[in-house]
Amino acid sequence: MLSRVADSLYWTARYLERAEHAARLVDINVGLMLDLSRVSAERRWKRVLAALGHPRDIEWNNDVYSLVHTLVFDTNHPASVTACVIAARENARQIREEISTEQWQRLNHLFHDISRLRPLSPSDRQLSEFLPVLIDGVHLFQGVTDTTLSHGEGWQFLQVGRFLERATASATLLAVYHEDVFANMEETVDAYTYLEWIGLLRVCTAFEAYCKVYTADLTYERILEFLLLDAEFPHSIRFSIDRLHESLEAIEEESHGQNASELMRVSGKLKSSLGYAQVSEIRAQDPARYLRGILDQCRLIHDLIYEVYIQYSVQTALAM
Amino acid sequence: MSTTLSRGQFDNRLLREYFLDDAYDEMFAVDGSIRPHYVALLDLLASLPREELQRRKQSADVSFLMQGITFTVYGREEGTERIFPYDLIPRLVTSAEWDHIERGLTQRITALNVFLHDVYHEGKILAQGVIPREIVYTCQHFRRQMRGLQVPRNVYVTVAGTDLLRLKSGEYVVLEDNLRVPSGVSYMLTNRRIMKRTLPYLFRNYGVRPIEQYPQALLSTLRSIAPEGRPEPTIVLLTPGVYNSAYFEHTYLARQMGIELVEGRDLVIHDNIVYMRTTGGLKRVDVIYRRVDDDFIDPLAFRPDSILGAAGLFNAYRAGNVTLANALGTGVADDKALYAYVPAIIRYYLNEEPILNNVETYILSDPAQRQHVLENLDKLVVKAVGESGGYGMLIGPQSTAAEREEFQRRIEANPRNYIAQPTLDFSRSPCLFDDGSVEPRHIDLRPYILFGDKVTIVPGGLTRVALRKGSLVVNSSQGGGSKDTWVLG
Repeated sequence: MLSRVADSLYWTARYLERAEHAARLVDINVGLMLDLSRVSAERRWKRVLAALGHPRDIEWNNDVYSLVHTLVFDTNHPASVTACVIAARENARQIREEISTEQWQRLNHLFHDISRLRPLSPSDRQLSEFLPVLIDGVHLFQGVTDTTLSHGEGWQFLQVGRFLERATASATLLAVYHEDVFANMEETVDAYTYLEWIGLLRVCTAFEAYCKVYTADLTYERILEFLLLDAEFPHSIRFSIDRLHESLEAIEEESHGQNASELMRVSGKLKSSLGYAQVSEIRAQDPARYLRGILDQCRLIHDLIYEVYIQYSVQTALAM
Repeated sequence: MSTTLSRGQFDNRLLREYFLDDAYDEMFAVDGSIRPHYVALLDLLASLPREELQRRKQSADVSFLMQGITFTVYGREEGTERIFPYDLIPRLVTSAEWDHIERGLTQRITALNVFLHDVYHEGKILAQGVIPREIVYTCQHFRRQMRGLQVPRNVYVTVAGTDLLRLKSGEYVVLEDNLRVPSGVSYMLTNRRIMKRTLPYLFRNYGVRPIEQYPQALLSTLRSIAPEGRPEPTIVLLTPGVYNSAYFEHTYLARQMGIELVEGRDLVIHDNIVYMRTTGGLKRVDVIYRRVDDDFIDPLAFRPDSILGAAGLFNAYRAGNVTLANALGTGVADDKALYAYVPAIIRYYLNEEPILNNVETYILSDPAQRQHVLENLDKLVVKAVGESGGYGMLIGPQSTAAEREEFQRRIEANPRNYIAQPTLDFSRSPCLFDDGSVEPRHIDLRPYILFGDKVTIVPGGLTRVALRKGSLVVNSSQGGGSKDTWVLG
């Protein structure tokens, strides 16, 4: 497979995952503001911005709806939900012949839907229509991808993009919540705190899945364990890294001849550390540091993917 | 002189607007009788209710859209895609007509290839004064870098798309040779596929010669010109990328041939060997079917601002380590001024009379011819030699005095840049319109000629239609469409 094609597949998946995550984060926080809360609007939205990795040139400006409008619709900001969908479509367009017609149509559909629903001025009414359409659209694209595209190298690069983005987003989110919510936690958990915790789980579509495992009793330790270490829940960091590692193994096998040993070592090490970790240990040490460590390793994996498959130097490649 | 057909035989609405005049009509003879090979087609059209015809036309349109057979008009955020207008009534070419066309095109491509070799080597034809040197050396597509360069099998033009017209007499003549990067063949192939689905019974009864083998024929042609010592050559298609209006065709052909579609940035040249970057490392490339113009192919050898090509590609080509198809510099043979000399080229190299004639052409750098043209601008068609796509053209009878003055100024400022031809009333073919009526429109024909170890011409080509009433311009950028071309067995 051409390196350029692999690159475009990787970014198509990453941008869509990013759009979905940002959409859910905004949607749920807008919803949480409807309830009486001890969390001020400023604190809430600064937390959202931190969870999105502090997008450049977007600041809290004391106006929730204008901020939300920017985060969702403003195409001048590359971090906005709409800009992510456009970027995903542009990447897919460059490799039109590599993806299935169904995938392309689905992505086009999503693009036209959001263009149609995009409001001209900030207003919450359109938001409640827009975000579910967007999230559904991304899910449909993933379904169509899994059922119409051969699960060969191209599909594996889509998986890599999707799960690396998901692990990064979840680790960032948990780190932000740890600092802002859990670090200053009081002894007794009241209704207000409970609501914030439900919010965190729902951003990861994890509330129902959590309840199935632990019942509706929310504790910090269990939430951390579930979102970080659960082996079966698709939005947990461990699950994401497991899928990422599997796909990297499949790619290594297919593109024999490339020296991927360092990449496999780093991703294998991260996979193992999550597989054998215990939440009590992580809590006893410093959860924020642990999460930042995961983020560093995700960045390193990204760099190594580029070094091995996409932007390798000609000299290295010729020497092999 | 214009006569309306007698309405007796056919449903009134079908042929109500059908007119005949001096131009050759593909369906009706001069006396108004139907040409024999069109009888079954017209019978079918007359037998189908109007709604049924419209329904089939709509379903054909939808097929084009759904399969993404579109032109891209590119905006800032949102790409808008238009379908290439498509006419449901096929253009029929009899077996005898096709034999003649095929022999004529084979002769022409053979002679032009020898000519290109001569021009870039000894230049005998220039030394003997058959063609004025300045015509060749002032051509903007002449590439001095090609001097003395040896190309595999001496094949310069691997893929040609030659535009033919039909005169009043019914004679097929060559309007122009497209020898650089001719496009449109994907429309020929998809027109056929959709036609088979839309009018299957008609298709079966007519005995139409197949064209579906084109991608395979192109692939084996490309394989036949691989560099020596590369028995299993890697062949790729080089596209300028997604913003090119023919990008659909590039993806289509790459998919149909099962070869990689690459952009310049995918290629790496090291020690005069061309590689493509893959996830499995660098992979050597042997033959490049390039759909990028000469100027943009290598920033080191040609335009330094090009980002569509690959640096060092020309040196690899010179070294014989990679084949480019078409070769560079072929544009010197499809220059509109050189065109006038093609009959002389055929006589010179092959010692044969041309089988397909040219359209009469005035060379404006010749003072006598220029004088004649300037006096008759209102009757002639003037074309800029370097332009294509129907741009840079003056159609005398349809022009205003101001436009003619403007062209007179331009011609006098740079006569080498223009040629003139008589305004041709070329042939018309029946077309089906949305209201269910059938009207004649002007058409041309572009067959695709493949030249490697042998000449292959799939029977048919792209028939382009000037869908606007009275228009003589068939280019898609100017309101043209296309229709399927059936060569009968």
